[in-house]
Order: sequence, then structure tokens, then C-alpha cells
Amino acid sequence: MSTPTVSHVEGAIGQSPKRIEDDRFIRGKGNYVDDVQLPGMLFMSIYRSPFAHATINSIDTSRAMAMPGVLACITGKDLEAHGLAWMPTLAGDTQAVLATDKVRFQGQEVVAIIAKTQPQAEDALEGIDVDYDPLPVIIDPKHAMDADAPVVRTDLEGKTDNHIFTWESGDADATDRAFEGADIVISLDTLYPRIHPAPMETCGCVSDYNTATGKMTVHLTSQAPHAHRTLFALVAGLPEHKIRIISPDVGGGFGNKVPIYPGYVVATAASLLIGKPVKWIESRSENLISTGFARDYHMSGELAATKDGKMLGLRATVLADHGAFNAQAAPSKWPAGFFNIATGSYDMPAAYCKVDAVYTNKAPGGVAYRCSFRVTEAAYLIERLVDNLAHKTGIDAAELRKMNFIQPEQFPYKSPMGWEYDSGDYDKAMDIALELVDYKALRKEQAEKRERGEVMGIGFSSFTEIVGAGMSKICDIAGLAMIDSAELRIHPTGKGVLKLGVQSQGQGHETTFAQIVANELGIPSTDIVVEHGDTDHTPYGLGTYASRSTPTGGAATAIVARKLREKGRQIAAHMLECAPDDLEFDSGTFTVKGSPDRTKTIQECIFKAYQSELPEGMENGFEDVTYYDAPEMTYPFGTYICVVDIDKGTGAVTVRKFVAVDDCGTRINPMIVDGQIHGGLTQGFGTAMMELISFDEDGNCFGSNFMDYLIPTAVESPHWTLGECVTPSPHHPIGAKGIGESPTVGSPQAIVNAVVDALTPYGITNIDMPLSSHKVWKALRDAGVADE
Amino acid sequence: MSGKMAITTTVNGEEHEVLVEPRMLLVNMIRESLHETGTHIGCDTSSCGACTVLLDGRPVKSCTILAVQANGREITTVEGLETADGLHPVQEGFKEEHGLQCGYCTPGMMMTSVALLAENPDPSEDDIRKAISGNLCRCTGYVNIVKAVQYAAKKQQGVTA
Amino acid sequence: MLPSSFEYVAPTSVDEAVQALATGGGDAKIMAGGQSLLPMMKLRLASPSLIVDINNIAGLDTLEESDGMLRIGALVRHGELERSELIRDRYPIILDAAQHIADPLIRNRGTFCGSVAHGDPAGDWATVATALGAELHAVGPNGAVVHSAADFQTSMFETKLGADQILVEARIPMPKPGQGSAYKKIERKVGDYAAAAVGVSIVLDGTTITEASIGLTNVGPLTIHAAAAAASLIGKSIDDAEAIEQAGVLAAAASDPVSDLRGPADYKRDLVRVLTKRALRTAGTRAQGKEA
Repeated sequence: MSTPTVSHVEGAIGQSPKRIEDDRFIRGKGNYVDDVQLPGMLFMSIYRSPFAHATINSIDTSRAMAMPGVLACITGKDLEAHGLAWMPTLAGDTQAVLATDKVRFQGQEVVAIIAKTQPQAEDALEGIDVDYDPLPVIIDPKHAMDADAPVVRTDLEGKTDNHIFTWESGDADATDRAFEGADIVISLDTLYPRIHPAPMETCGCVSDYNTATGKMTVHLTSQAPHAHRTLFALVAGLPEHKIRIISPDVGGGFGNKVPIYPGYVVATAASLLIGKPVKWIESRSENLISTGFARDYHMSGELAATKDGKMLGLRATVLADHGAFNAQAAPSKWPAGFFNIATGSYDMPAAYCKVDAVYTNKAPGGVAYRCSFRVTEAAYLIERLVDNLAHKTGIDAAELRKMNFIQPEQFPYKSPMGWEYDSGDYDKAMDIALELVDYKALRKEQAEKRERGEVMGIGFSSFTEIVGAGMSKICDIAGLAMIDSAELRIHPTGKGVLKLGVQSQGQGHETTFAQIVANELGIPSTDIVVEHGDTDHTPYGLGTYASRSTPTGGAATAIVARKLREKGRQIAAHMLECAPDDLEFDSGTFTVKGSPDRTKTIQECIFKAYQSELPEGMENGFEDVTYYDAPEMTYPFGTYICVVDIDKGTGAVTVRKFVAVDDCGTRINPMIVDGQIHGGLTQGFGTAMMELISFDEDGNCFGSNFMDYLIPTAVESPHWTLGECVTPSPHHPIGAKGIGESPTVGSPQAIVNAVVDALTPYGITNIDMPLSSHKVWKALRDAGVADE
Repeated sequence: MSGKMAITTTVNGEEHEVLVEPRMLLVNMIRESLHETGTHIGCDTSSCGACTVLLDGRPVKSCTILAVQANGREITTVEGLETADGLHPVQEGFKEEHGLQCGYCTPGMMMTSVALLAENPDPSEDDIRKAISGNLCRCTGYVNIVKAVQYAAKKQQGVTA
Repeated sequence: MLPSSFEYVAPTSVDEAVQALATGGGDAKIMAGGQSLLPMMKLRLASPSLIVDINNIAGLDTLEESDGMLRIGALVRHGELERSELIRDRYPIILDAAQHIADPLIRNRGTFCGSVAHGDPAGDWATVATALGAELHAVGPNGAVVHSAADFQTSMFETKLGADQILVEARIPMPKPGQGSAYKKIERKVGDYAAAAVGVSIVLDGTTITEASIGLTNVGPLTIHAAAAAASLIGKSIDDAEAIEQAGVLAAAASDPVSDLRGPADYKRDLVRVLTKRALRTAGTRAQGKEA
């Protein structure tokens, strides 16, 4: 079944209807977790460790308990009695809910305080007395495997070091041979630093246990409410039919709201024990120091090439810092996510990568921050290597890429590390970008400026993404297949409800998924209301992250709508007394071929579905459900070009121009696609320029509030120039590939490449992110460049 | 007094008498005492602007003002923008130009925009970017927020012209 | 996050405020804009037992020139300075600084005098006040007291303002013929404190510098009055690149920065040199009546 013609359907694919969800948001009528106010609700605060590593000798909560309004102080020992002191992570490790034996990172949860009011819960934090014996810390992952490194996970039986896993992909021998035959090998050691998704809404929950019915309702900042319900059942031992997760409006997720955090577990346990609703909302500092960091990949990459610039092979070794618990969010079989997409957009015969992960005394992670499981790190590495190869060979960076791109006729393309790319036209995206940015003029300007001693650079990124997990045969989380679902029910008058397993945190699903239905059924998109985020009222799904909603939930939506279209066809044929195959369908109307006056609208068919005298054997009603298991991943791509100017006096980098040409396949709502790109580019800009979670040698966390963890404002954020390229996915029902993450995956390296390009005349080949002015200043001064 | 104090404040045109602890922040009073939850909290360090309201017409961060300081003052929150005549042009602009995604920063962002247009009915892009630089948005990259404010400016000028 | 409990009074006269302050012992705090104090209280880095809110005192919002001085009352917000035509026309250094303090929302609340009284070496206004030779008028139990801006700060977050005094007004000499000023600040993003900032004021006779004053922000434990750098300029031409460079070098030498997230100390010291030069050039252009 293919997409029908939709010449006259309001809100069909390719149109940009305004967002349905905005009607509540612009009136301040969104309903975020912190907006939930229930009668008798109690409040929880969490006392956290000031130390990065210390033995807990004793915990004394008596002063706190004596403070006004305090009802309970919950410790790890209390949870131990219920088997809840530890919980499984998404990566199959265990994580302390509240510390019992020792604390392993600064900010770790130690005591939860339940009080009648929020101020009382906060005041009581000062009444918690914990006797610690500080332990030596391991902060630098490069020393985590030293013989004398303190062991973080003494709770794991027999554990005597800090190693988590070694993961390899590709053919090491073939890659070695490719390198032996190379004229040029480009090497790069680089850190993709620890950053944080930092959505504007922090994490939190309101857990509400009904003592009469035994039902636990959790209002949760969740990107994956169904998966979280199952995990709650597995962790807390609650029967799954008596757990309801409501993820109402979510104030941004970006991967931060994929894991289950200790606060959710304790608040839920507290509600269960006390029998009243318990609210826990993170402060910003708690969000930044304890939940879902991302990246922290120390990467060594080597790119082998001929002297003419033909790429021969890629070798990458990575040291991954996962913090105190391995709480990485990725499909179970992928400990380093999809890092082995690292050959990117380039056709090369051999590649090999090896990732070692270690424990350190830092917050656990990492999550895929607006990223499909480590593709961001992989895309960064290859694109940085390619620009350095361009500088080394003297071949223009655009030309070098075009020489090595996988060609359109090579798709489906099998990469040397095993992925099968669905479709692409990389030259086309590059050509559009080159024209938009007026590349020749820029290089001319750069040459003139260099003559005058001015510092300007142009950087490229021609990334390929891998999204849409997807593919249950290789992708599961905690054993749950990474499918997704859609349930469509159209009421007699032709208006209906679409229920989704995926969940929106701002992506606009209430608008775009209705557009898919509009496209397939030929009814206006505004006649469909989209529901998501309430596990009692939506079909099962794995949630929204890794750009998977459109590839999975979007596919399910198209398919369920097609099933109903076929039911409509049967009904229309019955009413028109013709064979179903004799009917054409256009813009919501079935017409008997060759008899333009013999028609039935889809609405007439729907109404008929609720009447008597249906076709033989057909049930009443107009509804269905589809669970979609993707046959393959989708592979969005694009070319980004960045132009920077550098102030020699201060080292300040200004992104003067940034052209982004994205190809995400079919664009459902171009307005929303552009909005996703703007946002992702700006997050990539933040990553490249200013965002950083760092630690001192004692494990004290820097970047623990928005004064230190820097998020770009409208003043720093560049102007984005967008171009468009559309290469549909051949295996997705509507040809869509997913767009949310391409811009964060693709943009940071374009900016870094531009800065390195600017500094190449001074012999500089790398600056790690963030590109703080002082780093650029130092590079300039070390190279003997004066301020004017 | 560290005990509760009675204050009288006008919020969205309606006078309220509220009992507040001196340490209660204005944003908590609006959200918890008046149950107007459109004004959000996004940080603890006066950095994000999600809590922006108008205090006597000027946009301020309601997390960095005490509720008692609203005594005798006029507060406008996002809930006060729509009137019997319909949406405020800024609200309309945010929807028409896709100036929001998750919606969390949106109320604060709109309050700042409303105040900007009251003072400068025809702002340049640069004026808009500077004016909203105390409000963080993590979703939109600000591009469409700028367009939303421009939309509202045009709409307002059209009405008055 | 909420502050610890405290008592609160909102007097309607300076005398009442001074009395209230006395009842709080050393533990009371004046709140004007509250944009520095309240965040510290929320993080519980400050827990005063009494807040004396001066926002209801009439007459503290003066912003005008009289008797040869620009008077900035204790309730004049950063944003009012930013929007003032008087400031725009005659005090470019104040406009420069006002546009880059914190962010536009905080500027609608925070005050010039509050910032100076906070005693934070990262405060932009203390530098501006230093560069412009401001007098700081306070009132205490024994009446009026006048402090000089140049040596007002005594240590990190400490000033000569007595715990029982209220800073009610800053007074800045009106500009002389040939005077020009500028404030140059490097911040990582809007809302950040300065990695380094420099405020300068000079008076030109033709192109010859006859008076100069330089203040430095956030490059030491105190707001720095770079007197030697300023003195080196006297008698020199504003077009003398070597003299300007030398002033930059001397200003950098007067700075005493520490390494932190905003950069290493040597970077900040070099920023002082570069920004001093840039500020002097801008001030020179302005002194000569050209736009800058």
C-alpha cells in the first residue's frame, strides 16, 4: 500500500498547519508535572553527598525528624528492607537508589525527606547528619585502570578494577592492512566532553498511591512512559496493571528523561508507604549534577588515505567515562551505542573501532543527548578527521568529501562496520550547501583576510545519522523490543482519536501525527485528536528519543490508517455495489473507476461502519491498532557549512554564517522540521562553544547551575540558514527518516572545523570543545600571534 | 515578621489578599497560592527567565522577588494576556510563527516580548534578541521566537494604524 | 529552592530603615533590587535574619544632574540607566556597562547602588564608579557619611559601608569638556560575570590626555583602581599607540586574577591589556565628539 494522492486534504503531509498543542501552551495552560497539585500532597527533598567518594559510617536523621512538618527521613537502609536500595540501570548495571555502603559521586542521593510543605522539606536538609570517611577518588578516566586506582564498584562481587566493558566492531586485520597501504594517516586525539541535555523543565514526579484500589499513578517527566511502567513493575514489584504512568506535558527531554532516576523510585516508595501523594521536583542543580549527562568520550581516531585523498580505512579507539554506575541509555546489545556508524558518509573499504568503558567518581550515565546512541561522538570524530585530512593533503574540504562520498547508486550501502544505509544523495546536499553559502566567494574573502592578518575559517560537516531504533532483532531495552504503536479510532461522524506509544516533549506530535492520518484517510488533520503519554489510554511503545518517533510511531500511524482506509474501501464498494479494486481513492473520496459520479466519501464509509448492513463478515466500528517493528534503521544526512571570525585580541569566536542542508526524507510538516533543525543547531552550537560539566581533582562538579553550565541565549545564537534536500527512505511507509537529532549530531564539528581552519596557518590542528575564548587565545598567543 | 503576612496584590486585574511567609517567592505565590501554573520555574539562580512576569508593567524574574514585595503592586502573568477580544498579538505570533516547542519557556518569553513591544513597537531583530536574552529556550534556537515577536509587532501596528 | 526564614520590614523612610537595620544587629540586610542577595539566600549562602526592604521609600529613585553632579538614588535600576536619555547623551561608560550587566530582566530590578554596596569585585558598577570618581552617600545612625568609590571596597564582599548604614545615593561629577569614557567587558554569554572588564574615563585637550582614570572588574579580590596605568597617560596623545599599549600593560600589571571557569589568570591579565587599549580608543573617539 502506498501513500494516496491528497490533492485537497487540509493538513496532509507536506503542509505546515499550525500546532494544535500551542493553543494550551500560549495560554499558560500546559500541564507539566510540577503543575500537578493534589489534595494532601506531601513534598520530598533529597539530601546528597558533598563528597565524590566516601564511606558512610552512620546517618543521623533525628534533628531533621524534629523539624516542623517532617514526616519521614528515608535512608538506603530503610529501602534495603523493601529490596529497593539498588535498582537496575538501562545498561544492565545496578545503581544505588539511596547510598548504603558508600557514596560514589558528588551529589549522590543519600537521604530522602518527606514533609508537609516544600519549604519544610528543604529546611530539613540542614538537619541531616552523615558521618563520612572520605576515600581516594578516581576522576581522570585515563587513570581509572591504573593498578592503584581506587575501585568505585566495591559493591560488585569480585570487582577489583574500574573496567566496565570492551566493545569492538569491524575488521581489525583488514583495517591494519588498509593502513599499511596508506600514503597518509591522519591521527586525532580528542575529547567529546561531558555535557548535559538540560531541558528547561527539570526531572520530577508526583507519585500517588490509592490505598483503596492499590493503584499507583505516577505523574512523571518521562520520554518513555510505557517502558517506565514496565520497569517500575520489575523494580518495585508492583503489578503492572496497577501502575499508571502519566507523562503530561514535558518541558523538553533531549534524552535527559529516558532513564529512571532514584528520586522517582523513592517518591513512589514513599507514597506507597505513607498512602499519600508525594511530589519531587529536582532543582536545577540536582538536575545538572546527578541526572543523565551525555558524551564524555575520549577518542583517538586514525584515518588512512592515499596521497590523492582517497579514504582507505578508519581506526578508532575510545575511552568512555560512564561515571559511578553504568547508566548509559542505549539498546541492550549496544554498549557503545551505534558508535560504529563512524565511517559516516564515506565509502571506505575497512574500519575498526574499540570502546573501553570505565567507572569514575562522577554522576552515572551517559544518556543520548539529542542523539541516536553515540552517533554524535562518531560523526564528530570522522568529520574532524576528514577536515584535518583536507588540510594535510591540501585538497579542498568540500572536494575531498565529494571524492569519498557513498554514491546514490551504492544504496542500500553496507558499511564496513556492518550497517545497511537505506538511501542518500550526499553530493546533492553538499552542492545545495555550497551554493547557499557562496563557497567560492568565501574562500576568496578568507585569502584576502589572511593577507591582512585577519582570522577567518570555514568548516564542514557532511554527517550521516542512524536513527529509528528500531529493528527488534537487534534492538531491545531491558528485553523489550524497540517497536512502537498507533491505535486509531474514528467516530461515526468522521472525527477521531489517534493514540500513540511514543511521547512528545515538544516535537509537535499532536499536529504531525494527525497529518499522517489526514494523508492516509483524506480527512482534515484537525479532525484527529492525538493522545499520548498516559499508559492507561495508549498502546505500548518504547517512547520518544533517538529520533525514533517518526520512523517507528509514524510508520505505525500510516499503517493503521491504511488498514482503516482498506476497511473504508470495502464499505464503499459494498455501498456502490462494485469490487473494491474498482475504486480509486483521492483526497478522502472513493470513486468508481470511469464513473466520476459514483462516489463515497471516507466520512460516509465511516458512518456506515457504525450502521447495520455491512459487508458480509465485517464487524462494526472504525478502529484498529498497529505495532510496527522497523525492518531497518533510517539514515538521515546533511551537509553543514560554518563560517567563523576570530578576535585576535580576546580569542572570541563569532559564528558569522551557518548553512545547514538536511535530508530527513519526506517532511511531514516543513515548519516543524525547520523548528527542530533550528533548535538542534543551537544545542550543537552550545556544545561546541560553551557547555561543559567538569570536575576538580577531588571530584567537585563544575557546571552545577545555569551560571556555570552555559546555555546560549538569543544574543550568542547564530543566524541559521537552512537548505532542503529530500531523499525518501525506501523502507519507511511514508519515506520519512526522522529529524530531531541530525542538527545536534551534525553541527558541533562544523564549528570546530571552522575554527581549526581559521587557525591552520598557525600550525594548529585541534582544539577540543567547548571553544572557550581562552583556549583560542592561547592557541593564537602560543603561535606568536599578536592582538592587533 | 517571619510569621505569615497579609498582602494585597493585583494579579491579572484581579485583587487578591494572600497570606505569605516573608521568604515565599513571588513565583511560588502565583503558582501555589493563586494556582496559576502558567508561570514556570527552570533554575535556582535567576538565570533562565521561565518565571518572567510583569511587575507594574516591567518584566522581572518572579523567582527573584519576594511575594511580600508584590504588596500593593500589579502583576501580569501569561494567564492575563488573553482578553475578551481574543489572544494577545504576541500569543498569536508565537503560534503562527512556531515560536515554541515544549512550551516551558514560552510564558516567560511571551511576557518579556509583550513588555518589549509596549516600549518599542517596531523592534529590529537585534533589539528582539537583546530583549529576550534573559529568557533561555532550549528548543527553538530563538529563530522563530524572533519571528513571532515581529509578527506581533506588525499586528499591533496594524491595529493602531 | 527557598531562602531560610527571616523577618521582613518595608519602611517608608530612610530614618525608619536605619532604625530597622539597627534592630537586626549585624545580621540584617538591606534589599533594594535583591538580584544578588536573593539568589544567595535561595542557595543558602546567605541567611540574614532580617530583610529591610527599601523599595517603599519615596525619593530614592532620583536620576538627575544637579550642583555639578549626576545623582543616582538607591532605587535607580540598571534598566533605568540603560533607557535614560541623560545617560545616553552624557555618560557613555554608564550606558556601556548598563547594557551588559546581567540580563535585561535582572536589569529591571537590580540597582546601581545595591551593586556597589554588594562589594563584589565582579560588579560592573563599582568599576564605573571608580573610573568616574564617584562619591557614595550613606546614612547611618549618626547621620550622613560620604565614601569615595575608589577605595570603597575593603575585601571580597566587604566595603566601608557600615553594617548600620544605608547607601542612599551615588554622585558622579558631571562630564568636563573633552571628557570621554568607555566600558569594555568580555563575558562568556549574556548573564555571565565578566571574564574581565575595563572602565576608563579620560579628558582630552585637543588630542592630549590631561586626566585619566581606569577601573578593572573581576580580575582580583577587589575592584581595581589602575592608578599607575592612568597616570602613565597624562600628557600623552590619544593617538600615541605606544602610550596606549603601555597603559594596557600597566593595567594588566595592576590586575591580580585567579584561574577559574572563565579562563586562566594569564588570559584574564592579557584581556585587561587588550580591553584597556580598546576602551581608551573608544573613550578618545567619544572625547573628540565622534560617534563610537
